[in-house]
Amino acid sequence: MVNDLTIRAATVNGSGSQSSNLVLTHALVRLGIPVAPKNIFPSNIEGLPTWFDVRLSPRGYQCRSRDVDVLVALNLVTWESDVASVKSGGVIVHDASYSVHGKTARDDVTYYPVPFTELSKEHFPQGSPRKYLINMIYVGVLAQILAIDLAVVEAALRDQFKRKPAAVELNLSAVRLGFEYARDHLPKADSYRVEPMPGGTDNLVLMDGNRGAALGCVMGGCTVVAWYPITPSTSLCEAFIEYCDRFRVDPATKERRAATIQAEDELAAIGMVIGAGWAGARAMTSTSGPGISLMAETAGFAYYAEIPGVIFDVQRAGPSTGLPTRTMQGDVSFAAQISHGDTKHIVLFPGTVTEAYEFAMDAFDLADRFQTPVFVLSDLDLGMNLWLTPPLAYPERGFDRGKVLSAEDLEKLPSWGRYRDVDGDGIPYRTIPGTPHPNAGYFTRGSGHDEDSHYSERPEVYQRNLDRLLRKYDTARSVVPQPLIEEAGHEAAILAYGTTHHAVVEARDILRQEGVEVDYLRVRALPFSAGIEAFIARHRRVYVVEQNRDGQLFGLLRAELPAHLLERLRSVRHYTGEPIDAAAVTEPLLHAERAAGQAAAAALS
Amino acid sequence: MDTIPKSNPNVNTSGLTREVYKGSPSTLCAGCGHNSITNHLIKALYEYGIEPHLLAKMSGIGCSSKTPAYFVERAHGYNGLHGRMPSAATGAKLANRELFMLGISGDGDTASIGLGQYCHLIRRNLDCTYIVEDNGCYGLTKGQFSATADIGSVLKRGQINEFEMIDLCGLAIELGATFVARSFSGDGKQLVPLLQAAFSHRGTAILDVISPCVTFNDHEGSTKSYAYVKDHEVLLHGTDYFAPRAEIVVDYEPGTVRDITLEDGAHIVLRKLHDDYDPTDRLEALRTLHEARTSGELVTGLLYVDTNASDLCERERMPRTSLSGFAEDDLRISRDDWAALMGSFA
Repeated sequence: MVNDLTIRAATVNGSGSQSSNLVLTHALVRLGIPVAPKNIFPSNIEGLPTWFDVRLSPRGYQCRSRDVDVLVALNLVTWESDVASVKSGGVIVHDASYSVHGKTARDDVTYYPVPFTELSKEHFPQGSPRKYLINMIYVGVLAQILAIDLAVVEAALRDQFKRKPAAVELNLSAVRLGFEYARDHLPKADSYRVEPMPGGTDNLVLMDGNRGAALGCVMGGCTVVAWYPITPSTSLCEAFIEYCDRFRVDPATKERRAATIQAEDELAAIGMVIGAGWAGARAMTSTSGPGISLMAETAGFAYYAEIPGVIFDVQRAGPSTGLPTRTMQGDVSFAAQISHGDTKHIVLFPGTVTEAYEFAMDAFDLADRFQTPVFVLSDLDLGMNLWLTPPLAYPERGFDRGKVLSAEDLEKLPSWGRYRDVDGDGIPYRTIPGTPHPNAGYFTRGSGHDEDSHYSERPEVYQRNLDRLLRKYDTARSVVPQPLIEEAGHEAAILAYGTTHHAVVEARDILRQEGVEVDYLRVRALPFSAGIEAFIARHRRVYVVEQNRDGQLFGLLRAELPAHLLERLRSVRHYTGEPIDAAAVTEPLLHAERAAGQAAAAALS
Repeated sequence: MDTIPKSNPNVNTSGLTREVYKGSPSTLCAGCGHNSITNHLIKALYEYGIEPHLLAKMSGIGCSSKTPAYFVERAHGYNGLHGRMPSAATGAKLANRELFMLGISGDGDTASIGLGQYCHLIRRNLDCTYIVEDNGCYGLTKGQFSATADIGSVLKRGQINEFEMIDLCGLAIELGATFVARSFSGDGKQLVPLLQAAFSHRGTAILDVISPCVTFNDHEGSTKSYAYVKDHEVLLHGTDYFAPRAEIVVDYEPGTVRDITLEDGAHIVLRKLHDDYDPTDRLEALRTLHEARTSGELVTGLLYVDTNASDLCERERMPRTSLSGFAEDDLRISRDDWAALMGSFA
């Protein structure tokens, strides 16, 4: 087995394995091998079990694989279940003190016991971070067993510790220690191997989606951020703050062209965002499920009063506190309509780091253009895991600030009304507070209002306003990111969105090998564009694959499709909190497609 | 008190007539204390000379929160969500530091549903004037007690309030507020200069204005009625306001006043009435409030002021002008820096 395997490090949270895992990951990238790292971590600072998977695949699959090929077992608590997770023919590198008998003694895997603690004690002085260095020892062991060039590991390590040069030599000696121990004591008895793939990762970098989104906010002109810390969204705002400190400070005046406020809760966070949006700034908050629940009130206000703002929801497994460190596409139907009353929001579904970046910029344009809150539904998998991605491209397009009337514009207008539909697209004109003109002011309210923003409870005025808001939403259908379609006239198709994409990519390859070809449409935003219905109409069976229990996008599609298309939709759902893998797609699809094939054959005979 | 240069007696320093500072007709009950506050605000804003296009009238939900529609029609108004005015005001002020933030709230909006945001606004010392039109009850839902109702106070239908009141002034001082005053809707002579001093203050200025609800809380047994205030109000001092660069035209007896210079150069002159109250002494302010609470008195005047604190926009090092004025080149990372940044991920 060359370059096609998943390495899993099972450790204890807080034991400092992250640096080691990153060194290993970067070393593999340097060798040109496409990797997909997944950090599976607990809601805990120290003590609970944690796993880090690095999947290597020559075709560059970015989704998780449920098969563990090579296990590094350094957590006695999960030792038994970790052993069980290794696939037949796999490898187990483990602390030599762990007993191998009964359930942990398998005859279909190769064991490489390593006396990690003893090695660490023997070679590193008291007072050195022995606990952490154990993790570097396993990097060396893996390098020897899998034939990873030690010089490349060293280069990756030096880069990893470039801000802590003093730590380089100690960590390097731990890697060598593991390498030499394995060379001298662990004769190769398995079939796994790593080989350099020159060019395999050229023009690719490793970045997490939250960082990509934060850079999108910087380049999209976001100037006000109000947030409340919550996993897995925290690193988005923290990255934004980091970049503002670096790139948004006026060298002469020390003024900072961004406000970044840690709010008292999510109610205040979105309150500040919408207040700032009202006053003309591009503003955003990032949160996750529990926060998005609290933001419902202001989201409805901003929809009805028509105020721009961007809300990143880095989804985690709910409901309630749920699994705070696990992934889910669980907020889709909520975000689509979040608020009481008739409400419909623009929602974007980034599936890659590039889209996390680009959709962040798009979100500010859309929010300004449609004068409404825009939700960007990322998830923990995209937000917090590292992905191989092309470097993010410098934006060539300017900001689209939408329909804003300046003092000069007002001077030319005999009159204007904040909520008049002048252009027939449902989008009114607005003024920014501070605009120096006697006619600039208007009264924003969440209560009933007429075209000139005066209070009104009149039935026809209320209904006209709701209809215009719907017209505005319909205008957005052709403006939001359009679906991506790969189509070759097949009878069946997959429809997915967000990070589910990566499992679909691999699943379609596997299905093809099994003789089942399917077309593919990836939804990238709400409202649905017209192309989605047309695509469904061109297929007899459309499998809607998503990472939630209730088939949330499936439900939204059903609510909009004409009746004769409804029976074409099939719902495929994955909801374990782990990122979806290809098997979660291929297993139900193979079953259903073969059944469909048999039914068709039976109908013919 | 005459603080306006009188080249044209019918316009203010911004060259605007008093008419400009008026709004739509009030839809509140006749005799409502809030209407009086609106009138005092019109006078205070006119005399202060605020440019309407820079005024942001912020409010939450409730009778009080409707009032921004009743003054300075030309200004931008934001009648948002119940208890959430502070966060909206914070966002708007951060977006444009030039805006003059005026928040209008009530006792329900502030002391119950909005108590958290009230506290954090004060902690951050956002530069704004925050008026609580305080009548001790929920008017729009027909007269339930609010959290500022005094223990033992009686509702119109006879229910007695069994819970301790939240003193919004005492709380504000505890939280580090930099300007805290209490007044009465019926006392324009006190309220107008206090409002103007609040406008001149840089930081959060809290004004808790007792404002009787004539429909639901103006009866015998209420501690927020016109009659109760009339019988129990104790003025800490007489209050005069002098705009920046205005001449102090009154000859005060030496030793009878405290003259406090506010951040924009304006003065608030406090005339001694009985005790020599020092509004820069936080402990004295708290003691005064506690004693009044025990005795059932309503102490009004400038309770506390600190003119040396930095406000949120200063601490955040915000630019002087609106953030909406910055263009792509001002906000984006340069191409060279971008190339280097992307290189650092390789």
